[in-house]
Amino acid sequence: MTLTAPPVAEDAPAEGAARRRFIDKVFKARELAVAAVLVLMLLATQLSNTEFLSRQGITDLLLNATILVLVATGQAVVVITRNVDLSVGSVLGISAFAAGNYLQGGGSSLVAVVLAVGLGALFGALNGALVSLGKVPALVVTLGTLYIVRGIDSIWVGSRQITADSLPDGFVDFGHNGIWVVPYLALLAGAVLFCVGYYLRSYRSGREMYALGSSPEAAQLAGIPVRGRIMTAYVLCGALAGLAGALYLARFGNVDSATGSGYELTVVSAVVVGGVAFTGGSGTVYGAALGALLLTSINSVLPAIGVSSVWVTAINGILLLLAIAVDRILALRVAAVLRKQAARMRSARHA
Amino acid sequence: MPEATVKTPGPAAGMRDRIGGAVRWDTAVGALLVVLLLCSFSFVENFGNALNVSFLIGNTLPIALIALPMTMLVVSGEVDLSVGSTVGLSGAVMGALWNQGMAIETIIPICLLLGVVCGLVNGLLVTRLGLPSLAVTIGTMAAYRGIAQIVLGSDSVTDFPFQYLDFGAGRIGDTFIPYAALPFVVLLAIAVVVLHATRFGRSLFAIGASEEAARFSGVRVKRLKLAMFVTTGLLSALTGVFWALHYASARYDNAMGLELSVIAAVLLGGVDFDGGKGTLGGAIAGVFLLGTLQNVMSLLNVSAQSQIVVTGVLLVVSVLAPRIGREIAHARARRRTAAAPPGTPAPPPGARTPVA
Repeated sequence: MTLTAPPVAEDAPAEGAARRRFIDKVFKARELAVAAVLVLMLLATQLSNTEFLSRQGITDLLLNATILVLVATGQAVVVITRNVDLSVGSVLGISAFAAGNYLQGGGSSLVAVVLAVGLGALFGALNGALVSLGKVPALVVTLGTLYIVRGIDSIWVGSRQITADSLPDGFVDFGHNGIWVVPYLALLAGAVLFCVGYYLRSYRSGREMYALGSSPEAAQLAGIPVRGRIMTAYVLCGALAGLAGALYLARFGNVDSATGSGYELTVVSAVVVGGVAFTGGSGTVYGAALGALLLTSINSVLPAIGVSSVWVTAINGILLLLAIAVDRILALRVAAVLRKQAARMRSARHA
Repeated sequence: MPEATVKTPGPAAGMRDRIGGAVRWDTAVGALLVVLLLCSFSFVENFGNALNVSFLIGNTLPIALIALPMTMLVVSGEVDLSVGSTVGLSGAVMGALWNQGMAIETIIPICLLLGVVCGLVNGLLVTRLGLPSLAVTIGTMAAYRGIAQIVLGSDSVTDFPFQYLDFGAGRIGDTFIPYAALPFVVLLAIAVVVLHATRFGRSLFAIGASEEAARFSGVRVKRLKLAMFVTTGLLSALTGVFWALHYASARYDNAMGLELSVIAAVLLGGVDFDGGKGTLGGAIAGVFLLGTLQNVMSLLNVSAQSQIVVTGVLLVVSVLAPRIGREIAHARARRRTAAAPPGTPAPPPGARTPVA
């Protein structure tokens, strides 16, 4: 993005630090803005429909967001490396079915979850290998694997269906119960989100993901193992999609061959609305999670204030457009301000 | 997406588009299509009769129609994922207006105009705000589909006038040619000439190869891109009208996922997703290769699910194979330079293979 390329290179380090803080603030503001919109929307809905934020209402909001938050977290990591994974919907579907199939055969819940995560990671590794070794555009490759995984899923599942009554009670309870208003699923998603966020923020390899996304060439020249990092991002994304599949099974108890189809676009929208730029190297998983929360909340808000659900798709799309347009305009403004500042500094020094 | 990767010409530059330095990719796809057609005519039962071939062409036409502007768009380094939704929107508006009792002769121009507006929105967001087309068109994909849903709800409009339905689904006499194929051939001819024989077309290639260089050499990059987005919207809307007539059904979810089929076919036809490379002939060969494969697999009772897998594998192979071919060509060139007397500079490893 424009921000990562400072217009003037010969500045003193202190000045650079000040600028970084400024930029940091702008990006923090980005996440704050999403959170503010979310809170405002929920409050406004609560005012017009007092039943909305009841105990059950909050639980439902969190439950609805859980699965999207998980997938969006993985997707955010991939997008930060300037790639994209369109196959997440298919991977979610096939993992959910794999877990359900295993549970129906009388397996244990924990193994089923591990199975789903493992299967997801496997497909993630396939994507990662194709993107990093084949050096082909991520969009095209994952579009291909979207088809391939969905096809395999459809052939395997056929017209079969997994229903909640064929699953062990403990597993289904896990999908519905929680501590006070917070469902277990949301706790799990929150923990994963925090771990990934901490990893990206504080670990060397996490920072390298950002470096890689900002400028692949520079990252390569700086000795960052580009292929390895891309691979990590995809495996993580696949594993989280697999985990989301297992949780989908626990939450809805109903899986067939169409589960998760078309989900990739919702996920990408959530990530972008949350401020993770398509151009790579910026944004956080927390932003992506907020974006996911915002998108799923809209789905609950509209019926609560009496708007027909046919509006949901259009609103999601327009929100996405708004998010990227505002981001861009903001970035252009910031760049202009920085340029002006730098020019002033320079003329002051010469005077 | 247009990345500012520097494409240094190496010793194997001429072989860039060729598999292992021999055959051009689009020629190979064309040859594959011919072989597939010949095999199908001789070995697959019920393939060769005129009715089936007319079905094949009719069902492939929507993808082929959109592939024309999409090829040009991808050549210029952009992409439009909202085409499927534009098809759905134009069909939905057509159905809604028809329900209002408007004459179809007025409805169709309105739908086409709507397509122009859709394309204009995409194009302005991309060119004026400088947003990546991928992100913009994912957004408009949802937005246009959502508007279609608002316009028509879950209704399905089927009672269009008979002569129009007949034009959409019928064929000329007992031949294998659907009526709608004739206007398509005209459009194809126009597109081929525009992309491969005019200044406009050459400029698109220039933009795709290096936007900056194109701008500095006087190409009006933004204007050209805007024109291509508008054309894509227009042809998508036209396809929406055709879709509703061909399948005698206007619904908001018409052509769901069509964007993926179009892009898969175009890339299979050898158009480089990074821009700057590709031919319309290759793209159309790719479209009909996928269409024919689907038709043949249906005739052979291969399930629809397996057909999805085949599409996916073909797509991955179509982007992977040229790159592998290029790598092989590189390796060969490197060996040659290594064998040459010292003093000849060896091409730096990975010089033209920027990080994915």
